[in-house]
Amino acid sequence: MVAYSGDPLFPLKMNPLTPPATIKIREHDLFLDHSLPWRYWHWFSGLFHGNFGLDLSNNPVRPQLFLHMGVTLRMVVLAFVLAVIIAVSLGVLSALKRGGLIDRGITFTTFFFLATPVFVTGLFLKFYLAIPLDKYFGRQILATNGAQSPLASGSFLHRLPDLAAHFTLPTITLILAVFSSWTIYQRSSILETMNMDHVMLARSKGISPRRVLRRHILRNALIPIITVLALDFAGLLGGAVVTETVYSWNGLGRWFLGGASNIDLNVTLAYLLFTAVLVIMFNLLADIAYGFLDPRIRYR
Amino acid sequence: MSIFRKKGRSGEKIETQWSTAMRNFRKDKMALTGIAIFVIILIVALVQTMLNPKGWSTLTTDFAKPPSWHHPFGTTDSGLDLMSGCLKGALQDLIIAVIVSTMALVIGTAVGAVAGYFGGLLDSVLMRVVDLLLVVPLLTILIVMSNIFSSGGGSPLAIALLIGFLSWTYISRLVRAEFLALRERPFVEASIALGASSWRVITRHLIPNAIGVIMVNTTLTVAGAILLESTLSYLGLGIVPPAVSLGMLVQDGQGSATTSPWQFFFPAGLLLIIVLCVFVIGDGMQAAFDPRNARRRK
Amino acid sequence: MAQPVVSVKGLEVSFATEGGMLNAVRGLTFELAEQEVLGIVGESGSGKSVTALALIGLLPKTAVVKGSVEIDGEEIVGRAEKDMYKMRGSKIAMIFQDPMTSLNPVYTIGWQIIEAVRSHGKVSKDEAKVRAIELLRLSGIPRPEAALDSYPHEFSGGMRQRVVIAIAMANSPRVMLADEPTTALDVTVQAQVLLSLQSALEKTKAALVLVTHDLGVVAGMANRVIVMYAGRVVEFANVDELFYRPSMPYTHGLLGAIPSHAEDSDERLSQIPGAPPTMLNHAGGCPFAPRCPLAQDVCRSTEPALEPVATADGSVHLSACHFRDEVSSMPVASMFKGAEQILEGAEDSGH
Ligand SMILES: Nc1ncnc2c1ncn2[C@@H]1O[C@H](COP(=O)(O)OP(=O)(O)OP(=O)(O)O)[C@@H](O)[C@H]1O
Ligand SMILES: [Mg+2]
Repeated sequence: MVAYSGDPLFPLKMNPLTPPATIKIREHDLFLDHSLPWRYWHWFSGLFHGNFGLDLSNNPVRPQLFLHMGVTLRMVVLAFVLAVIIAVSLGVLSALKRGGLIDRGITFTTFFFLATPVFVTGLFLKFYLAIPLDKYFGRQILATNGAQSPLASGSFLHRLPDLAAHFTLPTITLILAVFSSWTIYQRSSILETMNMDHVMLARSKGISPRRVLRRHILRNALIPIITVLALDFAGLLGGAVVTETVYSWNGLGRWFLGGASNIDLNVTLAYLLFTAVLVIMFNLLADIAYGFLDPRIRYR
Repeated sequence: MSIFRKKGRSGEKIETQWSTAMRNFRKDKMALTGIAIFVIILIVALVQTMLNPKGWSTLTTDFAKPPSWHHPFGTTDSGLDLMSGCLKGALQDLIIAVIVSTMALVIGTAVGAVAGYFGGLLDSVLMRVVDLLLVVPLLTILIVMSNIFSSGGGSPLAIALLIGFLSWTYISRLVRAEFLALRERPFVEASIALGASSWRVITRHLIPNAIGVIMVNTTLTVAGAILLESTLSYLGLGIVPPAVSLGMLVQDGQGSATTSPWQFFFPAGLLLIIVLCVFVIGDGMQAAFDPRNARRRK
Repeated sequence: MAQPVVSVKGLEVSFATEGGMLNAVRGLTFELAEQEVLGIVGESGSGKSVTALALIGLLPKTAVVKGSVEIDGEEIVGRAEKDMYKMRGSKIAMIFQDPMTSLNPVYTIGWQIIEAVRSHGKVSKDEAKVRAIELLRLSGIPRPEAALDSYPHEFSGGMRQRVVIAIAMANSPRVMLADEPTTALDVTVQAQVLLSLQSALEKTKAALVLVTHDLGVVAGMANRVIVMYAGRVVEFANVDELFYRPSMPYTHGLLGAIPSHAEDSDERLSQIPGAPPTMLNHAGGCPFAPRCPLAQDVCRSTEPALEPVATADGSVHLSACHFRDEVSSMPVASMFKGAEQILEGAEDSGH
């Protein structure tokens, strides 16, 4: 997994690509008349000083990045944590009730959401849950626009109901986008662990079935999913772009979409750098967690 | 003497792997249903698009009409027959998916095979490239690339090539892992010791034995490609009119989702059904090739 | 004979598979007293492991078990898991084939032994630790105090198997089952592991059911031997009787395979195709007939019963062969050559 700690320079690879002619006039402003290595160096050395450059309208990129980052991170982290909890519980439940009605229900649900694109889930919840609900109660229960009400102010606690109304649907959407494959994986991890030799030995020792389940099956079956979580984290960020679009959030994803469609290099690069750093950080965390849970790694 | 016998064994293994897989698959009702629905959609889409090629471009005065005998899926706000659009879009999506998965199959198998078979520096370099592609979400790279290459929306072929060019990493990793394991097997070692060429070992021994992994994941790539393309189209970065895809129809229909829900449900539903079928088929193949590691049941 | 600690009567195990009922064990009967060792031999798939798992009640739920298994007078067949689990470890324990995978990789050796010690009766943590050290010493682990804090992956295969033996004897069971305890180990450490198994037996006075492919191990440790073929007992005898007067052609084949192929005999035998089908749809006739050098028409039509062969010392010697008396008077070595060629032949025609 350390391999993922790959290359923070990755975003730079996007640099050499030439923007279309429409913005050629601004070549000079954007240093496009300089050689590729020079531009590369210029951006990179700016980065070391915490300078992400200017966007196409000459506003500095850095404050925008941090402004949007907060909103996006809150949603992504919340969705991630909840999705892990849900996926692990459902996976375990489904494995333990293997073949039964519950298992089939869970399996069907996971396949269903695996096949549903994020935007379809998002739009469905928006148009057929939130809007009718709000209409029925005559006031806003679930918000479908933005990360918070434009006029909201006051302390965090004061804004909490408003935030909850805005966060609920996007978070659910994002959870539904990722929990399926994790559930399926957790289920098969449990089933595989159940038949392992060391579980047979544990059972042959005469410890109670409950203890075998908790200490020997669950404990061991939780290790491999960490790899999958780390691998899928990039996908979660991709899902966030779509979710933000569906719910018109002013998050990083939409900011990036706008930047990308204007071929705003500095905005695009800043976002790519952000995702790369996040993914790498997350993989490092996963490595640490892995070492913590599996002594074979710990001692290596 | 024992070497030849073992070589015979490897041949036998492939034979039985195939026939057991086929036998298992034929008993898998879910997967067969998936294939049946998939094929029906495909045929209907083909026939409809052939019989009525102008269906999606003929404007009518039926604006946003609910489903009726004349327009089974209803019409759009601009008076187009939604069924023609959905079927044409489905066909378009499938064509893109076939291109993407073929590319993923070829590039992924080649890269995985080379990395897994030769190992060493070549392996390290190739796998670092794969890592790079995995550090940033596929969708994000696609967004950037589609803006740069086709200034936000392009021809179906361009989109397919773009997705295909980025979708092979998963297969390559799996093929590599499979090859690393197979390389240690006696029949492979034996034929290397006998002086068989790398090409021969790869094509005669390794690929046939990794065929399960390759086929299953190529199928899953079909599903992934459809999902990616529709997401791009939804974001307005996929293919552009006059071409049509299901993601684009959902994007068009979302504005009227509350007033005329069919404009959302038919394209979205068809999209979901197609992808679900592909997943079920892929899972059935997985179960057939490798019953112990099947995701579902048992 | 003293009061038996294990008594198995007419044990049958079958699995419902897609291809029909698979009869993995068809009628197994034996008794064992304290400190007696029963060897079970037979090629791969003949039902040895299934037998062992049936004795300790660890077969998967899909298995259908019939007949009777009494451990220390208590019936095991049909017992619910909530009553059964307490008997494991205290009455019957098991040592598995592959020590590399049979310990839990995420817990220390000490943790796993202490868990076994404390699962039967109230034992304080400290007492359990002292006991764990003693158990490790008994099974021949050097510096047992240090071993407590080691993880399984820090130990070699031989050492791990000794840890498993320590766990098995933790609660002085009446019976121990060892399913090919040395197959996965280097030849050099096999003897040491068998030695610690032997000392575990002396210490606990348990009876041992020893499943193995290695007839040398059987000769060295077992009092009596069961030869299984296609889920059936085809020969049962005292160890001397079996080695000097094998009365079933299949046993001849097994014995003949020892001297020249000591290294790869089990691999070779385990690769013979053609054995499993008889377990699914048993067509009648002796299951060994297709590979038997002596097979006659009667062998192909009627399955021979397991019946006594006359012995010099009057001990029980059973064989399932229509020609048991003729076979028992054949010299062991002569049979070997023929059988070896037949096994080859069967293998080639299997394609
Ligand atoms: N859970 C199961 N479900 C179905 N069939 C099974 C199951 N476990 C074992 N069998 C079948 O029972 C038969 C006997 O298997 P068993 O494991 O007892 O063989 P064995 O004599 O121990 O072989 P080996 O020497 O390879 O360990 C085999 O044909 C096997 O396929
Ligand atoms: Mg066995």
